[in-house]
Amino acid sequence: MGLILAILVQGIQMVLVLALAPGLIGFTRKVKARLLRRQGPSILQPYRDLLRLVRKEAVLADNASWLFRNAPYLIFATTWVAAALVPTFAAGLHFSWAADLIAITALLGSARFFLALAGMDIGTSFGGIGSSREMLFATLAEPAMIMIVFTVALVAGSTQLSTVAEFMVDHSTLRVSLGLALIGLIIVALTENARVPVDNPATHLELTMVHEAMILEYSGRHLAVIELAAALKLLLYISLIACIFAPWGMARQDDGVLGMLVGVVTWVGKLAIGSFLMVLFETAIAKMRVFRVPEFVGGALMLGLLGTLLLFVSRSF
Amino acid sequence: MRDAENRRAGYVYLLMASFGTLMLLLAFGLLAGPDGDYAFSAIRTAEHVPWLAGLVLVLMLLGAGSKAGLVPLHVWLPLAHPAAPSHVSALMSGVMTKVAVYGFIRVVFDLAGEPAWWWAVLVLILGAGSAVLGVLHAVLQRDLKRLLAYSTVENIGIIFIGLGLGLAFKTNNMAGAAALAVTASIFHAFNHSLFKSLLFFGAGNVLTGSGERDIEKLGGLVHRMPETAYLFLGGCLAISALPPLNGFVSEWLILQAILLSPDLPQWALRFLVPASGAMLALAAALAAACFVRAFGITFLSRPRSPAAETAHEVSRWQIRAMYSLLVVCLIAGVFPGPFLDALSPVSQMLVAGAMPKQPILPHLSIIPISESRSSYSGFLVFFFIMMASWAAIRVIHNFASRAVRRAPPWDCGFPDASPVTQYTADSFAQPIRRVFGPIAFRAKISQTMPQPGDLAPARLTLSLRDLIWELIYTPIESAVLFAAERLNILQFLTIRSYLSLVFAALVLLLVLVATWA
Repeated sequence: MGLILAILVQGIQMVLVLALAPGLIGFTRKVKARLLRRQGPSILQPYRDLLRLVRKEAVLADNASWLFRNAPYLIFATTWVAAALVPTFAAGLHFSWAADLIAITALLGSARFFLALAGMDIGTSFGGIGSSREMLFATLAEPAMIMIVFTVALVAGSTQLSTVAEFMVDHSTLRVSLGLALIGLIIVALTENARVPVDNPATHLELTMVHEAMILEYSGRHLAVIELAAALKLLLYISLIACIFAPWGMARQDDGVLGMLVGVVTWVGKLAIGSFLMVLFETAIAKMRVFRVPEFVGGALMLGLLGTLLLFVSRSF
Repeated sequence: MRDAENRRAGYVYLLMASFGTLMLLLAFGLLAGPDGDYAFSAIRTAEHVPWLAGLVLVLMLLGAGSKAGLVPLHVWLPLAHPAAPSHVSALMSGVMTKVAVYGFIRVVFDLAGEPAWWWAVLVLILGAGSAVLGVLHAVLQRDLKRLLAYSTVENIGIIFIGLGLGLAFKTNNMAGAAALAVTASIFHAFNHSLFKSLLFFGAGNVLTGSGERDIEKLGGLVHRMPETAYLFLGGCLAISALPPLNGFVSEWLILQAILLSPDLPQWALRFLVPASGAMLALAAALAAACFVRAFGITFLSRPRSPAAETAHEVSRWQIRAMYSLLVVCLIAGVFPGPFLDALSPVSQMLVAGAMPKQPILPHLSIIPISESRSSYSGFLVFFFIMMASWAAIRVIHNFASRAVRRAPPWDCGFPDASPVTQYTADSFAQPIRRVFGPIAFRAKISQTMPQPGDLAPARLTLSLRDLIWELIYTPIESAVLFAAERLNILQFLTIRSYLSLVFAALVLLLVLVATWA
């Protein structure tokens, strides 16, 4: 019975992240538009867009290979699995030990690997430029993420996200290392989700675009699946930040239905606050030149390394 | 052209191999001592003076390191490995370098007695340096086989990072952690032998099918060599440490070992270990960029030369041999538990500790230390990815649309039919070169722009310097040359001078013998 319940909770989590992800994108667009004193599209617009795209026929370039056709599904699947493994409304998810935080980072790395390859498949200059720059950002963002994981894991004594979340609820103390890790993680999240100082999600046909350049050749259902994966990734990162640095309200393993409901409500609240802060930051800052980005992300790497070193050194006192 | 290159490769290989063998001989000589008993059992039981054992470590690093391709002794490897036929390259990179790793482990962990903590410092620095420098070189290579050879340097670096961690834990009597580090390191050596062989076979197929090794002249092979493309992609995924394949499992285990090191008492190690963890992560991320470039430029996009346009798939048997390697890669990634269990007697012997027995149930996850700290289940991750993509495909195809139309590429409305307009291997690596090049290679770009009205072409020249070669090998080379020129006079002396030289030498030796006693 307990097992069935646990699997049920895990299933709810998987469906919930999938269902809320486009809404989160819609919410950020709405808030951004309101901050710019525009009316903005409805929050439900991304759902309608996805539905429209899915129903259309897919237009493939003449020389598109099997990799181009299959990559969207693999990107979606790896991102979804990664998102399903981050505790959102309940800690101690049944399958959370299947992959720890390092494995979740690597899963997102797999998604990026396929996305970059798909960008190069047709052999257009835009696709190549996108893939090349995406991989450049990743070479710094990924080690930064690993160092942040180190910092968090050394504080909590585990790389399992559920354990980390429970630890953070029980021992919420201020630590310099965690502060450094938080700033680093925000930088990584902005980079990985192609948000404003790094890339512009609203751009099209601009020489500095990265993520949009890679998916330029996609259309129809393939594009829909990739867009959904991008939305899932944004949701994943906000949930991850919330889970590590603001885990309050999250349901425990043995909490009843009421605890779960409280967990869901607080999680949705956290998503709203997180995306609002992100949009606020985006409207306040200008986009960087491409070669400023390595310095920005390199800063995250340094912060992560500094956080880890502080913990290594402070152990002896 | 290639002949001259091969001759140079052979010459450098010969020199470095003899140098390595000399160092190994000296190391074994020191271990065996004046009695000269070379049996492992005798060496193991003998008492080793600490500074002599330290000397043995340095000699082993020079000897085994030069054979394995550790920076800065790697210079022969990217020359020699690509020069051989591809299946031999696979053997050299996949298996022969591991023999050197075996020799290093056997002597340093088993025979040389108790390690000192500074051994770990040395090994970690060399390992981390090899990992990052190797992959930085690999990212910039245009020759597919040389790229793979440099990536071997990277992976040897990763293996040595694991071994350095093992030494650090062993000298501080942390048996469980040492077992984790050593097991991870040996598992990575095993994994590397699988996927590197697979990739070299793939490069060999490309060479057979198109006659071209320069990736700048390839492209679009996924259409003409579909099976090689599948297999090469599998190898790329494994070597880039992406789940659910095997490369990820071993690197994940090494990262887990790093997380155990704040308990180390030595300050130097406490600073060095997280730094080498960052280096390891950087190397892994760069490796992903490197293999996106290798696969993307070679197999995807449009053909860049007639050779690539007319390439053909190789014979069935060549393909089947590669499938077996890919299957083992997948098995080792999805079910790593039995492999780790199989290594526990080894770690028991080397560091007197073993990883916990990997449980079959529940869910085939692997556990480096304890379940609450971390666990990873390759099987579940693989299963979930397969289920999720299958579900997505089924739902969309059944309830929405499965119609497909072929059309010319969109490219923002400005498609250019010429394949020259594609991104090239050099342009793909340019951002990485621009960020890391100034530090690692002293990269400089100079432009010459002709005056207005002048019809001469504008030129852009890029200079990359191999600092290791310039700082270490060039001075040695010029010193040897200098000495040889000075000593050359000795060849042309008169018989009287020779006789007096012989006499002087005799007197000198006699005096030496007399004073020694």
